[in-house]
Formats: sequence, C-alpha cells, structure tokens
Amino acid sequence: MTSSDLNWDAIVIGGGHNGLVAAATLARSGRAVLLLEAGNEVGGAARTEEFAPGFRVSTVAHLLNRLHPDVVKTLELERHGLTVEHGDFMPSVALSKDGPLTLHGAYGEVLTGASPSEQSAWKDLRAQLLRYAGVLKPFLSRRPPGLGGMSLAEMTGLGQTALALKRLGKEDMRDFLRVLLMNVYDLLDEQLSDDRLKGLLAFDATLGSHLGPRSPTSLLGLYYRLSGEIGGLAGAQVQPKGGMGAVVAAIRAAADKASVSVRPASPVAKVIVEKGRAVGVVTQGGETLRAKAVISAINPATTILELVGSREVDTGFVRKVKNIRMKGDAAKLHLALDRPPQFTGVDAADHKGRLVAAPSPDHVERAFNPSKYGEFSPEPVMEITLPSLADPSLAPSGACVLSAVVQYAPYALREGWATGKPRFLKAIMAQLETYAPGIGATVRHFELLTPADIEARYRMPGGHWHHGELQADQMLMSRPVSGWSGYDTPLEGLFLAGAGSHPGGGISGAPGFNAARHIIAMRA
Amino acid sequence: MRAGHGRRHQGAGRLKASGGTIRTGAEVDQVLIRNGKAKGVVLAGGEEIYGKLVISNADVKRTFLKLVEEKELPDIFLRRVRNFKIRGSSGKVNIALDSLPEFPALPKDSPAYRADMHFTDSIERMERAYDDRKAGRWSADPFLDMMIPTTLDPTMAPPGKHFMSCFVQYAPPKIDGRDWTDADRDGFAESVIAQVAQYSPGFRDRIVHMEVRTPREIEAEVGLTEGNIFQGELTFDQLLFNRPVPGYAQYRSPVGGLYMCGSSTHPGGGVMGAPGRNAAAEILRDLAKPTLHMSPAHDVI
Ligand SMILES: Cc1cc2nc3c(=O)[nH]c(=O)nc-3n(C[C@H](O)[C@H](O)[C@H](O)COP(=O)(O)OP(=O)(O)OC[C@H]3O[C@@H](n4cnc5c(N)ncnc54)[C@H](O)[C@@H]3O)c2cc1C
Ligand SMILES: Cc1cc2nc3c(=O)[nH]c(=O)nc-3n(C[C@H](O)[C@H](O)[C@H](O)COP(=O)(O)OP(=O)(O)OC[C@H]3O[C@@H](n4cnc5c(N)ncnc54)[C@H](O)[C@@H]3O)c2cc1C
Repeated sequence: MTSSDLNWDAIVIGGGHNGLVAAATLARSGRAVLLLEAGNEVGGAARTEEFAPGFRVSTVAHLLNRLHPDVVKTLELERHGLTVEHGDFMPSVALSKDGPLTLHGAYGEVLTGASPSEQSAWKDLRAQLLRYAGVLKPFLSRRPPGLGGMSLAEMTGLGQTALALKRLGKEDMRDFLRVLLMNVYDLLDEQLSDDRLKGLLAFDATLGSHLGPRSPTSLLGLYYRLSGEIGGLAGAQVQPKGGMGAVVAAIRAAADKASVSVRPASPVAKVIVEKGRAVGVVTQGGETLRAKAVISAINPATTILELVGSREVDTGFVRKVKNIRMKGDAAKLHLALDRPPQFTGVDAADHKGRLVAAPSPDHVERAFNPSKYGEFSPEPVMEITLPSLADPSLAPSGACVLSAVVQYAPYALREGWATGKPRFLKAIMAQLETYAPGIGATVRHFELLTPADIEARYRMPGGHWHHGELQADQMLMSRPVSGWSGYDTPLEGLFLAGAGSHPGGGISGAPGFNAARHIIAMRA
Repeated sequence: MRAGHGRRHQGAGRLKASGGTIRTGAEVDQVLIRNGKAKGVVLAGGEEIYGKLVISNADVKRTFLKLVEEKELPDIFLRRVRNFKIRGSSGKVNIALDSLPEFPALPKDSPAYRADMHFTDSIERMERAYDDRKAGRWSADPFLDMMIPTTLDPTMAPPGKHFMSCFVQYAPPKIDGRDWTDADRDGFAESVIAQVAQYSPGFRDRIVHMEVRTPREIEAEVGLTEGNIFQGELTFDQLLFNRPVPGYAQYRSPVGGLYMCGSSTHPGGGVMGAPGRNAAAEILRDLAKPTLHMSPAHDVI
C-alpha cells in the first residue's frame, strides 16, 4: 500500500512552526496526521542555517518573545529540548550618539542611562502598556469574536475581556479606550521626553509592518509585542541556544512523539475540492493524497488563490483575499565578522543584548517615508544581535555573527533590488559604522535578504513578517479576511493555521494551536 | 448660497430677537469661579460680568488652560486637556484678481470654473505634502482646495474682477519648532501661487492683492489654538466619547455652571452648529427646561 491509498485524518500543508504546532496538536488528539513541507527542512522562517563557512544564524526570525505558554505546555516543549532560563533574558539597548540607554529584564523592568525623571515616567508608562496589552492578551489564545452566532465559550471569553476592562478602574479604562487606536509617536510624546527611549519604542511598534510611528493606529503594534511573553514574563525576549532552529527542533520532536508523518521536499500544488469540500491535496510531484481535513499553515492568499483556485470559491471572498495587504518592509542582514564588534559606550554584558539603532521617533518616521514611494531608507533603522557571544557554537572560535532586522526595505523597490541591494547594503553599513566604528573592516562575509529574497527563499509572499499586515483592519475578526476569521474557509474541510490567521505572526505557535483546537472541537 | 458664511448673522439676529445681547470686542480674560462654581467672566479690560452659566465657545485648551485657574480643575482633567491635540495643518490664501484666470485644461465655458478645483493628481503628491508637514515645514507642493466664488456670486468683487479662495494643506503650527516669520508666510504663499500658475498661464499677472493666513494668523485672528481648523484633531482618540476628553464628552466641565459648546466638543469642527446645539440641549436638561422647541438632535454619545 502506498501512502496515496491511505486516508489521512488530516493533512497539514506547510512545516513552518505553526504547521508543526497544528500537526502535533492534532496528532495528540489521536488523528493520523501527514505534514507536507515544500523545503528540504521544516521550520519556515524559524530556522538556523549556515550562511558562511563555519557561521550559523537564525536566518529570518532571531528573537523569541511570544512563544505561547499554552503551546509550550500542551506540547511539552521543555521535555522536548526547549530551554528558557531567567538568565537568558536579553536587555534592549537603544543606541545613540549621545550614549546608549538600556532596558534590562523583561522589557525594561529597570532602565539605565536615562535621567531620574525619565526613569519614573518610564516606570509608569511601562506598567500602563503592560496593563493595556494584558487586556488584549486573552484574545491571542481564542478564535476572534464573531459578529453573529457566538458560542457560549466565545461569549464567556468576551465577558472576561469586559471584566478585565472593568478591573482597570474607571479612569484607567477611559485612558485605555482613548489611546487604543492612537499612533505610538503621539502617545510617547505625551509621557516621555528621552528621544532614545522613544525611538526604541517607536521602532518596536512598527517592526514588521508598513507603518511609521506617526501612522494612525501604530500603537497596536506595541501592544501586540507586549502581549507576548516568554519564560512567564510579558515583554521578555531570548535568543534560543542553537538559534531559532532549536525551537523548531523541539516542536518537531513533539510532532514526532505524537506520530506526525513529516515529509519535507513535498510542495503541495493543489487542494482537491469535491462538491465544495476539500478532500485532499496533489503534490508538485503529482501524488494525490486524501484526507478528512486539510489544514493550510501557509499564506492564506497562496492557499486560496493558488492551491484552491478562484473557481472554487465565491468572487466576494476572492476579492477580499486579493485585498490582503502583505508587502514586507523588513530585511535581514547577516555578517560573518573576524571578531566581535565594539559598539560605542555599550558594556560587555549589553553586547549580548538586542541593540536597537533607532535614535528618535522622528528618525524612524523619516526612515519610513521613502518606503511609501518604493524607496529604501537612506538611514535605515535596525535591531542588531550578536548571537555568537552567548552561543559560541554559531561561529568559528574568536569570530562573531551579527544578525540584524533592518527597516525599511520595501518589497517592491521601484528601482528593483538588483541595483538597489548593493546601495541598501552601503546605507546599512554606514549606519553600523557610526555605532560600531571599524566594524566594516572586519566583515568576512555578508548576506542581505530583502523581502523579495525572503519571499523566494521561504515562500513568504511579499516577504511579510505576519503573512499579511497586522493592522486594525486586518486583525481579530478581520484576519485574514472579514467573515472568515476563525480558521474556517468557505470550503468545508479546509482550514487555515498560519501567521496570516488570527492572532498574527511571530514565533508564537498561536495560530496553529488555535486552529488545531478549533478542528478538534468541531470533530472535523 | 449667496450670503456665504455670513448666514450665521441670521443666528445673531435670532439671538437678539429672543432677548440676548451680543458684545463684540469683548475678550474674556478669565472665568470667575467661586466655590467650584462659575459665576461670570472678567474681560481683558478688567470689567466683570456676572451670569448663572458660562458657556465657552473657545477651544478646550484655551478655555481650561488660559481662562480657568489650574487650582479649579482636577489633575486628571488637566492632564487630559494638555494632551488634547490641536495641531494646525492648514492655511488659507485669499487672492483678489483683476480678471478671471484661465485653465487651458478646461473647455472654455466649463462648469468646472465654478467648482472646487484640485491640482494634486496623485495620492503620492498629497502624501509627500504631508511628509513636509511632519518634518515641520509647509508643503513645497501643497494640496489646494481652490474655488473662485465670484463665478457664483459676482457681487463679491467689483464688476469684472474676481476673488479666489484657496484652502491649503499642509501648514504646521510651527516651522522647525519655532514661530512663523513673515518670510515663512511669504514662502508659504509662493508655494500656492506657483502651483496655480503651473496650471493657469499668466496667473501671476492677474493678482491684485493677496491675504495669506498661516496657522499663526488663524490663531491670532480667530483664536483657533495652533490654527487647528476643527478646534482639535478629529482622530479616534478625540472622537465620540473621547471628545474633547474622556469623562467630559457631554459639554459639562469639572466646574459647575461652566459648559463647552465649541468644535472641541462632539461631533467636532466645520460650520455646522452641532456642538452648540447639543450643548444647549444638555444645559436645558440640567436646568430641567424643555427642549421641544429645538431642532432634532445630532447624536450624542
Ligand atoms: C525579516 C523578518 C524577521 C523576523 N524576525 C522575527 C523575530 O525575531 N521574532 C519573531 O517572533 N518573529 C519574527 N519574524 C516573524 C516570523 O518569522 C513569522 O511570523 C513566522 O515565522 C511565521 O510562521 P508560520 O509557521 O506561520 O509561517 P512560515 O514560517 O512562513 O512557514 C510556512 C511554511 O510553509 C511552507 N510552504 C509554503 N508553501 C508551501 C506549499 N505549497 N507546500 C508545502 N509547504 C509550503 C514554507 O516552506 C514554510 O516552511 C520575522 C519575520 C521577518 C520577515
Ligand atoms: C482656513 C480654514 C478654512 C475652513 N474651511 C471650512 C469650510 O470650507 N467648511 C467648513 O464647514 N468648515 C471650515 N473650516 C472650519 C470651521 O471654520 C470651524 O470648524 C468652525 O468655524 C468652528 O466653529 P466654532 O464656533 O466651534 O469656533 P470658532 O469659529 O473658532 O469661534 C470661536 C469664537 O470664540 C471667540 N473667542 C475665542 N477666545 C475668546 C475669548 N477669550 N473671549 C471672547 N471670545 C473668544 C473667537 O474670537 C471666535 O469668534 C475652516 C477653518 C479654517 C481655519
């Protein structure tokens, strides 16, 4: 009997971390699950790869700050090799010509390098941001609220949110409702005065999205970031030992343990639809595989427009799917360095942290402006890590790896990336040189991944962080499209489970986990 | 509508007819408050006027940060008023012309001569205009909302002459963080003239006189703080139950007897009278007086 003859309970398309989480969760419920991954390795944008001889790096996602605690617990990821220890929490360092400022612990439990008045303003603002993000946090692990026909569980969930709001107290709730859809720039201006701190927060709020700090609703990005937690602490961040690939290895181990059949190098070409129902897939190799349920943990637009085909679904739905905005602006830079760089004014311990080059909110805004017109930032903003300092296995002895997320690099660069890429690299290196003089001379090898490269290499359309902009109109009940936000699709038996679904991207496992629980609850 | 915004004077007439008094040239310097209750006002000249109610049409910042003493207001209210955003973004250029400008792109007798005209032919141009504003400058290539009112009402100018009204975006309340200078104002006007002239050959030669209003002039002339045309930005954080500030979205204030009725309040700015109408309804309610004689309400949240 070939596998084609087997009738799987579930076929999961895509072995990114969300696909793996969905597959493992479904398999643990006793289902026979087959996972098909196009690439030679699983992990998607969560991988550790060699980019230069002897140098390894987390090639796309490099910081772990939102792996959902329910995922960790249910899949017993700690038993399968995931380790997060308190000492692993990385500080965030705001780089500036005026000297750095450091947020220690979980998103600045302690702030150093700022004036006493700024420290106390930050204490208040931090508490407020975490409180407000906390109100939104329960949404991460639930299907988005529906507009009609809510189940009891959904009603209870919403009721809890109302309660959480009430618990804020009257004045705090009023402020919560006032600031909810504000831009981060204005909010920071109300409460802080240090440009370095404001620049860092403005950067975090807009990371991975096509927004500047002054764009309407940009504060939501910061709430999303702070609704995440790791090691039980909201806002904390770690660099997994062995890179992001190690996290995926733990999830993969959980999937193996649950007897998921994982098949790499098996791109799916088509979802088979019979009488309005998804009944299986055809691989690019031509193999037909049938299943009771098909779970797509790849991009929602790719799923509907390419694998299903617009003939199988109504045009209104197709139009909504086509309108999902997903042109990325985040590039990834990897440098193989002869030796660790020295960032001016930053002490040895903080070199192991996250170094953010975004010296003011205005700077971030100016970096954003050109991206609206298909041009890259002449003075890009970035988040830099030196992972080999904490994990020497990533580089040859004495040498160093630099991994940076750089914005803004519009996916559809007007001049084209063929000529644009070397010019963008020069702009990035010029910025790096101002913060770490001499770094350029120590570069042994580099790799710059533009959103177009990320799309091609990792099958992420638009190279987009979230598989679809995470903005107010593409969130919650509108994610991925309005009317179809609860992991269902118009096709019976076809479900979505990737970052393009609620709650969104980042290494969280939440979309995959929520989707699997929904399918289990439906007995599909 | 021939009378333009002068129609508001009809309202003034009606006010007088129902026994009200209007005094112009009477700038209020302070609201008189005793034991947390408004008792009247003090004019700039020192004259005190007493009244049971004080209703401020000035914007919320002007009212509570200039006319009322800090000690009369709760901290949280003050903080929210200070955070109220009222940054100007537009200006106005009024141009007297000795003849009707020509727009070769339009057919000779096109009705468009009587219409609202815009020159910005792409969203990108408008976006770039806003980039200048964000950087603290007026837009080098502004977007104009232009019309020639004399094509509809020739009585607004001497026979054969014309008047052009240009609403201009963007103009920040401050230039690079400092106050506007006359030179800035002239530069701002030039950006407008240059754009019109691009589409209307010979335009410059027709100009007889020009009145240029940057946010500086708008604030000085009509008392709109920072030249914001709506007495406060119309963003979600300042709309509905948040306008002007959370907790005080219903025209009342922390001071008894002191009300707000200007565009800083719900539903916002524009020549529509809704804030004033709604405020009156709330005041009558507080006085336990009927509101049946009033026009239908605009929704109050
Ligand atoms: C530059 C950049 C930096 C980032 N940095 C961080 C970070 O530091 N921390 C963080 O938490 N997040 C980060 N992110 C976001 C994060 O990487 C993504 O949100 C996350 O990886 C999405 O996971 P996923 O499993 O939903 O999708 P993916 O990781 O995209 O996985 C989808 C998988 O499906 C496979 N696939 C696609 N098509 C097919 C097909 N037809 N058949 C079979 N398989 C298919 C792909 O090969 C891939 O393996 C970053 C993103 C970018 C772009
Ligand atoms: C350049 C520009 C163009 C505009 N174009 C349009 C348009 O085309 N259409 C439209 O609908 N809207 C337009 N608007 C908006 C509209 O004019 C305003 O939103 C509206 O006039 C506000 O009305 P208001 O009664 O709330 O306040 P205001 O008109 O500002 O009236 C407040 C009054 O209070 C007085 N005042 C202030 N302080 C004191 C004090 N201390 N003592 C005594 N009196 C005081 C002021 O002198 C003023 O008369 C425009 C505004 C501007 C600036």
